[in-house]
Amino acid sequence: MSVDQSTVKRVAKLARIAITDNRAEELRDELNTILGFVEQLDEVDVDGVEPMTSVVDFDMKKRADTVNDGEIADDVTANAPAKDEHFFMVPKVVE
Amino acid sequence: MTDLTDLTLAQARKRLADKDVSASELTDAYLAAISERNGALNAYISVTEDIAREGAVASDKRIAEGTAGPLEGIPLGVKDLYATKGTHTQACSHILDGFKPPYESTVTQNLWDAGAVMLGKLNMDEFAMGSSNETSHYGPVVNPWQRDLMNVAVRSEGGDVGTIESPPKDDTPLVPGGSSGGSAAAVAARLCVAATASDTGGSIRQPAAFTGTVGVKPTYGRCSRWGMVAFASSLDQAGPIARTVEDAALMLNVMASPDAKDTTCVDRPVPDYTATIGDSIKGMTIGIPREYRIDGMAEEIDGLWSQGIAWLKDAGANIVDISLPHTKYALPAYYIVAPAEASSNLARYDGVRYGLRVDGSDITDMYEKTRAAGFGDEVQRRILIGTYVLSAGFYDAYYTKAQKVRTLIKHDFEMAYADGVDCILTPATPSAAFPIGDKEMAADPVKMYLNDVFTVTVNMAGLPGIAVPAGLSVEGLPLGLQLIGKPFEESDLFRVGSVIEANAGHFAP
Repeated sequence: MSVDQSTVKRVAKLARIAITDNRAEELRDELNTILGFVEQLDEVDVDGVEPMTSVVDFDMKKRADTVNDGEIADDVTANAPAKDEHFFMVPKVVE
Repeated sequence: MTDLTDLTLAQARKRLADKDVSASELTDAYLAAISERNGALNAYISVTEDIAREGAVASDKRIAEGTAGPLEGIPLGVKDLYATKGTHTQACSHILDGFKPPYESTVTQNLWDAGAVMLGKLNMDEFAMGSSNETSHYGPVVNPWQRDLMNVAVRSEGGDVGTIESPPKDDTPLVPGGSSGGSAAAVAARLCVAATASDTGGSIRQPAAFTGTVGVKPTYGRCSRWGMVAFASSLDQAGPIARTVEDAALMLNVMASPDAKDTTCVDRPVPDYTATIGDSIKGMTIGIPREYRIDGMAEEIDGLWSQGIAWLKDAGANIVDISLPHTKYALPAYYIVAPAEASSNLARYDGVRYGLRVDGSDITDMYEKTRAAGFGDEVQRRILIGTYVLSAGFYDAYYTKAQKVRTLIKHDFEMAYADGVDCILTPATPSAAFPIGDKEMAADPVKMYLNDVFTVTVNMAGLPGIAVPAGLSVEGLPLGLQLIGKPFEESDLFRVGSVIEANAGHFAP
């Protein structure tokens, strides 16, 4: 399978990365090189094979469903590029 | 008196315990070395002088009081993807501009609890995506090794690591490998005793091989990933880069731990990894996988591998040929799984909660402009591949298929181990270090990806691996061998790795 320039632009939109037409053209070629490389997987017979979900065979540990953290709003917002007290500030979302 | 920065971790520990040298003297020696040489190497992107000096003073106090930890007073470098409280933590990406975490990663906390001293944060490929340390926002790291036209092999016995001057050097700057290029270069250049690193497809073992250092990628789940900037969560694993096999074991002793904050981190006691070093390997079975003899493999890599086999055989190991039939599919499967997980993990960088923000006309425009400006080319490439393979209609054809292939890759290893193989010996890399700005690799991303052809299988199967320096190339550059072990049997790697080390000696630029 290979991608065309409009597919690259659609995927970039999904990934929320702005790209120019020139860059979309470059990326089309780069992505097709990579997709061409991974195409060799078509040779592998995977009938009846379970997809891997964990490399280590053990039951994932679970913690008690209790509050064990919190009251650190200062820390949580400390690195925000724009904030107002304990709120993250973003451009207007709802008109 | 030898230069303090020439001491291995084991030697420095002894000198500190004997009160022959103070932690402050040791730290000052490293800070001086960094200020002298880091400008040329670009291994550190942030030097935490004050934290280092304060840490050393505290270590000296604990040594005096008799309460020293296992790494008391040992100056370490930390890869920039470990969250270190209040200090530079950006995974060498522009998108994390100015980020200073209000918390500490579990692995680094373990190190500080053991008394280690932080010298600073080390350069790396952006978000650990790269094999040459050229994708860093802070520019490439220069390998302290240069091609040696006279091909003077420097070898010293025992722990006395030294070097001799050899006449003409080719001063073309070479890459240190990646993504832990800063860690490997700093350890090789004596700008830290040892360093933390991380490995998703070979990011510890490949740079270790390129710099003549020892790199360990533990079993998935052995070290906590809490507080490490995530790249591909099912593959990422923390590990050390150090100058000797023993030093690497001393580091892993402390880095590894159970951790309630990481549900994939196993609740298993951590053994003393130094315990098996020097033990006889008589009767151990070492597998040699035929599929690793790839087309067009350089003669010197093949020769190095044969040399390694001979060393282990002479030491009493049984050498058996084995087959890992799905080896060639590991790299293509990796380039589906890793970008898919990365596209999901990196969705969090949106200019809202931390790091860079580029203003836009509305919130979507802000996201798109921020991510376009903040991510470098390689990271964007991988996010787009990941987004594509996970998008509607393609998920099964790519992602599910790759995860099935991964099951087969792991099964290959399980069969070998079930047949009685203890460890598997392979080359660590298909070549020695290459020049910065290599045109062929820059033009074709897949060429760069092939650097990880021998290491990536280990991540896909979640196994432990170690790269041990084993010789020099015809150009006088270090080359490494890789040992792959059974899950959670890192001790076997240190045991067999120490045999390679004893035969090959130590290598310093």
